[in-house]
Amino acid sequence: MNGSSGMSLRNGVISSAVLLVVILAAWEWGPAAMGVPAYIIPPVSDVVREFMIMQETEKLLMHSSITAAEVVAGFVLGSLLGMVVGYILGMSPATELVLSPYILALQIAPKVAFAPLFVMWFGYTVYPKVLVAILIVFFPVMVNVLTAIRTVDPDLKNLARSFRASRWTIFRKIEFPAAMPPLFSGLRIGATLAVIGVVVGEMVGGNAGLGYLLVFGEGSGNTAMVFVSIILLTLIGIAAYLAVIFAERKVLHYLPKDNAAHSV
Amino acid sequence: MQQPRIEYKDITKRFMQNGGGEGSAIVAVEDVTLSIKDKEVVSLIGPSGCGKSTLLNMGSGLYPPSEGEVKVDGERVSGPNDHVAFMLQKDLLLPWRTIRQNVELGQEIKGTPGKQRRERARELLEKCHLGQFADHYPHQLSGGMRQRAALARTLAVDPTVLLMDEPFSALDAQTKMILQQDLAETLEREGKTALFITHDLAESVALSDRILVMSQRPGTIISEIVVDIPGRGNPMERRHQRKVADYVGELMELLHVGDQAAGDEI
Ligand SMILES: Nc1ncnc2c1ncn2[C@@H]1O[C@H](COP(=O)(O)OP(=O)(O)OP(=O)(O)O)[C@@H](O)[C@H]1O
Ligand SMILES: [Mg+2]
Repeated sequence: MNGSSGMSLRNGVISSAVLLVVILAAWEWGPAAMGVPAYIIPPVSDVVREFMIMQETEKLLMHSSITAAEVVAGFVLGSLLGMVVGYILGMSPATELVLSPYILALQIAPKVAFAPLFVMWFGYTVYPKVLVAILIVFFPVMVNVLTAIRTVDPDLKNLARSFRASRWTIFRKIEFPAAMPPLFSGLRIGATLAVIGVVVGEMVGGNAGLGYLLVFGEGSGNTAMVFVSIILLTLIGIAAYLAVIFAERKVLHYLPKDNAAHSV
Repeated sequence: MQQPRIEYKDITKRFMQNGGGEGSAIVAVEDVTLSIKDKEVVSLIGPSGCGKSTLLNMGSGLYPPSEGEVKVDGERVSGPNDHVAFMLQKDLLLPWRTIRQNVELGQEIKGTPGKQRRERARELLEKCHLGQFADHYPHQLSGGMRQRAALARTLAVDPTVLLMDEPFSALDAQTKMILQQDLAETLEREGKTALFITHDLAESVALSDRILVMSQRPGTIISEIVVDIPGRGNPMERRHQRKVADYVGELMELLHVGDQAAGDEI
């Protein structure tokens, strides 16, 4: 079993690498061959060159760090808020009943549409970006936690009650750990959404960050700059996602291995 | 007369139907009176939905009866208490805890010191033949082993009364017999009192001193059979006795099992 899955994993990695080379080659020469001008799709070499230039002239590292920091801040705060609210609503159906119409409305509202509002309130600072990220991360985390707490087997809670557990003990020993797997599903979604929230915030109003460079590149007709920004944003998203997966592996180590493999 | 360990006195339980008023309550059990002596094992059988689990939950103090009272050692049950522990068909093992940690759950909640807890868990797991699996997670164990672990967790809090709701009904026939043997030996050795719900008539005869038969809902106790076969601590032996078949036959008659098979009602 192990040997064969190891083999197929290695084959998978090799295939992916080969595919990458093919894609890069197609990107480099394909557009030119089909007569697409470089200002529509710049070849890889142009993008790499632009990356080098941007590092020197545009303080690319600084912009990337700002965006990454905003993503982390928005993700962490949004997740914490989502968890706390999820736990509270999960444990108190009465509160949920009162709040549910507002939560539903806010959940349906496109969160990124709040970006201009936040910029009007807080100006060209980091706050609007982090706020949009918080808002957009909050919902998947909150909903997953809420549902998980609601669906804990009542017999498990009765078991704890039969040992004379307090409400708080039942939460600590049963509900909180039981909600972990869905929480992590929510966090994974949140990790990718945080990037979207921050970028929109930066695009709408800012003078720093990759979202700003995106708009700046567009304004100056620098397609390669737009490409560089998109790639870096994707990398930040991947890093955030992998960080969640890493934490998940640590925390949910008790789950059967098969599931853990599938859930990646 | 010796004081009963657990006693149900004129118990009636009504459940409110969704959104209904007084009139729409379901009467789950009606006017049930029963008492179990120290070290006695009593089985409770009856058609599905007759209120067996309801009786057990009231004994655990999970909810109160609508009328009447449950007493354990002469004390009125007003909520979960230290004398009673329950075990269900579901093992209710927490997947994020090792088997040992699962066994310790009750003591942990009750605030028993760690060292004492671990000692007791080790001892019980040894007795339940799960010694090597103490540090495994539940998903790494078979159904029978998991149910053994659940039994160890139930015993870990040292209850005087065990309430068991079809604990073996999800197991295959062989595993079931092995666990029945284990349970019977344990109950005998530790001198526990037990109320045992089952749908398996032979199981009820093999394991208990007495069998209570309930009617369709609203459940009441319609018959009591004293199992007069020696060796309650050894059901494997006991099953070989001729009288077992007679008792099973009697139970089938009381439950109208034959009529149901012939008719269309299930
Ligand atoms: N919490 C509840 N709310 C409403 N009705 C309930 C509740 N618990 C039980 N009932 C009803 O009470 C009746 C008895 O249920 P109970 O679970 O005690 O039956 P049972 O004898 O254990 O059945 P089974 O053999 O199938 O386990 C059923 O009609 C059930 O629908
Ligand atoms: Mg039942």
